[in-house]
Amino acid sequence: MSTAVTQEQIEQVVIESLQTFGADPEEIRPDVTFEALDIDSLDLAELSQIVHEQFGVELKGSDVAEIKTVDDAVRLIASRA
Amino acid sequence: MEPVVVTGVGAVTPLGVGARALHERWSGGVCGISDGEGPCAEFDAGDFLSTKEARRTDRFTQLAIAACAEALEDAGWREELPYDAVRVGCVLGTGIGGITTLVDGQDTLRERGHEFVSPLSVPLMMSNAGAAALSMRHGLRGPTLAVSTACASGAHALGCALRMLQNGEADAVLAGGSEASLTPLARAAFSALDALSDSGVSRPFDARRDGFVMGEGAGVLVLERREAALQRGARLLGTIRGYGASSDAHHLTAPREDGEGQAAAMLAALADAGAGAADIDYVNAHGTSTPLNDRAETHAIKLALGEHARSIPVSSTKSAIGHLLGAAGAVEAVATLLALRDRIAPPTLGLTEPDEGLDLDYVPGAARPLKPAGESPPLALSNSFGFGGHNAVLCLEAA
Repeated sequence: MSTAVTQEQIEQVVIESLQTFGADPEEIRPDVTFEALDIDSLDLAELSQIVHEQFGVELKGSDVAEIKTVDDAVRLIASRA
Repeated sequence: MEPVVVTGVGAVTPLGVGARALHERWSGGVCGISDGEGPCAEFDAGDFLSTKEARRTDRFTQLAIAACAEALEDAGWREELPYDAVRVGCVLGTGIGGITTLVDGQDTLRERGHEFVSPLSVPLMMSNAGAAALSMRHGLRGPTLAVSTACASGAHALGCALRMLQNGEADAVLAGGSEASLTPLARAAFSALDALSDSGVSRPFDARRDGFVMGEGAGVLVLERREAALQRGARLLGTIRGYGASSDAHHLTAPREDGEGQAAAMLAALADAGAGAADIDYVNAHGTSTPLNDRAETHAIKLALGEHARSIPVSSTKSAIGHLLGAAGAVEAVATLLALRDRIAPPTLGLTEPDEGLDLDYVPGAARPLKPAGESPPLALSNSFGFGGHNAVLCLEAA
C-alpha cells in the first residue's frame, strides 16, 4: 500500500493497540508472546481491523493464527503494507 | 426435599453499590430516582474490573460482576470455591442483555461500514454474557445459563437455580439478574408502548401513577443446599422455601385484568413451600407504578391470599429504585430477605393517594416493624411479572 509506511509506524500502532486491549505497557517488547501479554484471538481480531483501517492490510484468521509475538505481527503487517 | 438456603447477597442499584445500601436506604425512605430514571450513579466499573475485563463486558455484565463479588464475599467464599467446581452453577437473568453494545455496533455499521463492526459485539451483547463472565471469573464449571423472561427474568433465574439444586445438578448456584438499558433506544421503545412514566415519578398503587421509571442494576444471591452450607460453617441469611411460575397466555404486554395468571404463580409458590396464605407475613409486590400492573396485581394478591391479603404489608421496591427490568426479581429478592431478617416492612415511597379499589396495606411512605403472626421466622412472597405474560413468584423465609 502506501510507500510512506515504515516499520516503526506499524510497531507504534501495534503497541498502542495492545495497550488499549489492556496489555501492560511495561511488558510489551518485540519478542514477548501474545500469550504472555494475555492477548487472545478476540484482541487479534480487533488488531486486524485496526491495521486494515490504518494501513490497508488484510489479515485473515489463518494469518493471525500464525503470529505468536509482537514482532511476528509487525513483520507480517510490514510485509503487506 | 432438602432446603435451599441463601448464604450471600450482593446488589448494585440506584440506591448505591451494595445490598446493604439497598436495604438500609430503602428502609430509610431514600429514593434513588433522579430526573425520571434510576441509574447506578455510584457504580464505577474500574473498582471491579481491569481494563481488559471492562472492554470485554457490556455494562449489564459489569453490574453483575460487582453484585456477584459482593455476594461471594458475603457468603464467605474466598480464594477457592467451597465445592468441586463442576458442582457450582450460575443462572443469570436479563430482559434485554447488552443493548449498549448492540446500539454502538449498529451506529458503527451505519456510519463507517460493516468492516468496522467490533468483533466484541456478539460476545458482549449476547444475553448469556453475564453468566459466562461470572463462570469464567470464578471458575464455575457446573451448569451456567441465562434466563430471559423480560421483567420476570431475575425471579425465574432464582427459581431455575432452586430446581437445579433440588434436582441434584449442583451443590451451589450463583443466581440473580442484571440489566443496564438506560439508552435512548430503550427509552423511546418503552415510551412508544406508553409504559414509562411521563411525570418521572415511581408511585406504585397511587391514583396518580402514570407508568414505570426505568432503572438499572444487578442482584446476585449465593444458593446452597442447606446441609452442605451448614457443614462448611456458613452463616444462613434465609431459605428459598418455594417457587411458582405461570403464564397469562393473554397479551404481549398487558397482564390479565383479573390477575388470575399472577395469582396462579403465587399459589404455586405457596404450594411449593408447603405453606398456606395465612403463613405469609409480607408481600414484595411487582408494583411497577403502571396503571395496569398495580390493579391486576392487587386482584392477584387478593385471589391468592384471600382475606389474609388485607392483614399483611405489601410494598414495592420499585418505588425507591424504579424498575430494574430483568434484574428486578433478583434485586427484590435480596431486599426482601434483608427486610425479613431485620423484621422490617419497607415502604412504598411516593404513595399518598391510593387508587380506587387498590385497598391493601401498601406501607405508604415509611417503613414499619414487621410482626410475624407465629413463632416461625417471617415468610414472604416476592412477585415478578414480565411482558409476554410470564409470572414468577418466590417464597422467601428469613433464617
